[in-house]
Amino acid sequence: MSDLMKVSSNPHVRSKSTTASIMLTVVIALLPAAGFGIYNFGPKALLLILVTVASTVATEFAFEKICKKKVTIGDYSAVVTGLLLALNLPVSAPWWIGVVGGVFAILVVKMLFGGIGQNFMNPALGARCFLLISFTSIMTNFDCDAYTGATPLANLKSGEGVNILDMVIGRTAGTIGETSMIAIVIGACILILFGSIDLRIPGTYILTLAVFVTLFGGRGFDWPYISAHLSGGGLMLGAFFMATDYVTRPITKKGQYVYGVLLGVLTGIFRIFGPSAEGVSYAIIIGNLLVPLIEKVTLPKAFGKGGEKA
Amino acid sequence: MSQIEEKEVKRENPVTERLLNGIVKENPTFVLMLGMCPTLAVTTSAINGLGMGLTTMVVLALSNVFISLLRNIIPDKVRIPAFIVIIASFVTMVELLLQGFIPFLYDALGIYIPLIVVNCIILGRAEAYAYKNPVIASLFDGIGMGLGFSVALTCIGAVRELLGAGEIFGIHVMPDSFVPVSIFIMAPGAFFVLALLTAIQNKVKIIGERKGKDMSKIQSGCNSDCMNCADTGCARRLIDDKTEKAGEEEKNNA
Repeated sequence: MSDLMKVSSNPHVRSKSTTASIMLTVVIALLPAAGFGIYNFGPKALLLILVTVASTVATEFAFEKICKKKVTIGDYSAVVTGLLLALNLPVSAPWWIGVVGGVFAILVVKMLFGGIGQNFMNPALGARCFLLISFTSIMTNFDCDAYTGATPLANLKSGEGVNILDMVIGRTAGTIGETSMIAIVIGACILILFGSIDLRIPGTYILTLAVFVTLFGGRGFDWPYISAHLSGGGLMLGAFFMATDYVTRPITKKGQYVYGVLLGVLTGIFRIFGPSAEGVSYAIIIGNLLVPLIEKVTLPKAFGKGGEKA
Repeated sequence: MSQIEEKEVKRENPVTERLLNGIVKENPTFVLMLGMCPTLAVTTSAINGLGMGLTTMVVLALSNVFISLLRNIIPDKVRIPAFIVIIASFVTMVELLLQGFIPFLYDALGIYIPLIVVNCIILGRAEAYAYKNPVIASLFDGIGMGLGFSVALTCIGAVRELLGAGEIFGIHVMPDSFVPVSIFIMAPGAFFVLALLTAIQNKVKIIGERKGKDMSKIQSGCNSDCMNCADTGCARRLIDDKTEKAGEEEKNNA
């Protein structure tokens, strides 16, 4: 060994993952859900997904060109936003819904607040709520060739029975990407295996909702009822892909548990006591807004600080 | 020296100067960010915005005149209650007049008419301008600020009505294929439109400044910096000038 010791400043160990590689993993993980959506709802779903993704990427490119900033479309974050937004649209929505949502997600929620890493709210969910409030009738119209009528959660709310097996496989009415629990869980496994996410937030979120539904659902420990709540609506998509968004989740470990519990309770309140059947997107958005507070409270103590009070 | 003279000449006409100040340079909504509650709440349509703006303008002009008239009588320590009594009287009068003669506007504006009493533009102008300045200038300050408020509210209302309902002043203008974006006539839309219009206004101002125009605010709202204050009519400035002169005299004596 040579006597010459090289001294360099930290970090000494670097991870190979970059924003682009993580985002690409998320895109790949979303493909099963998107693929099932296209298989389930037909080519119109594919068209809607393409239009939405194109509009998010084009908006990001145009904004950064006009403002003479570094163009960041190469990191796939706009693709993830567009894909997530498209999976949250009903297949009956006209193509311009995807464009309006994509422009709103990137321009208002992401770029005006400083671009990637600076947005205070998940852009896809922000745009979904914008569309949901603006075009309520379009966004809650789940009629298509394959299925007509209400979503399983709406049926559940009005007291009708639901077929759990259909909900798990995804043969129900709903938005393009939310119906199939299996496809989403396959995607989630990809994310977990690649280390992109861990189970802290989704685990506490789903568990809390299950407990909440048991306590306040009015049916006690009724297993079909609880599993219908867990496999229905946007819970799986929200828990694994949106609540775990790096930018808008808490950084601290303790904070992530708090965040998960908060989302579970909010979703339960919206679903059981609220006027609409679904509440995942509003719950996650409210959770996003509370993240700075959660982080402030759960900030870990520096080594040697604090300790027992005298 | 010539610049100062020019400014003096410009300021000789307080009427146009006050009007311009209220509508453009110190627009209460887009520049001072005052009176946000009615701005966000009642601008669901252009006509509501215009009605609210004009109602506020009447109250603002009248209360400015009376506060200016009474500025030497009202004791300094109780001036805020005195202002409120004057403003509240005018608001009550305007409310009854609206109820009697323009009932549809009265119904549309609802609780926001009595709330004009606590509109911070009115109290702000009373405190910052009318209490220290002569009657005519205060009257036109009130009218200018009121017009600025009306213009801002009408603009916000028009954009919200156009996007949220496809209409302007109740007249259908958008093509039939246009689907109304109903979020714009709800509360979040008010924030979007206000932010957008303020941004456009700032951009115009920046472009103007680059071209060398003097777009800076005239400091009629006192920030105690009398040295850089352009408001020659300010009572405080006179006092400060006197103390300065007294100080110089003392130095000379020493």
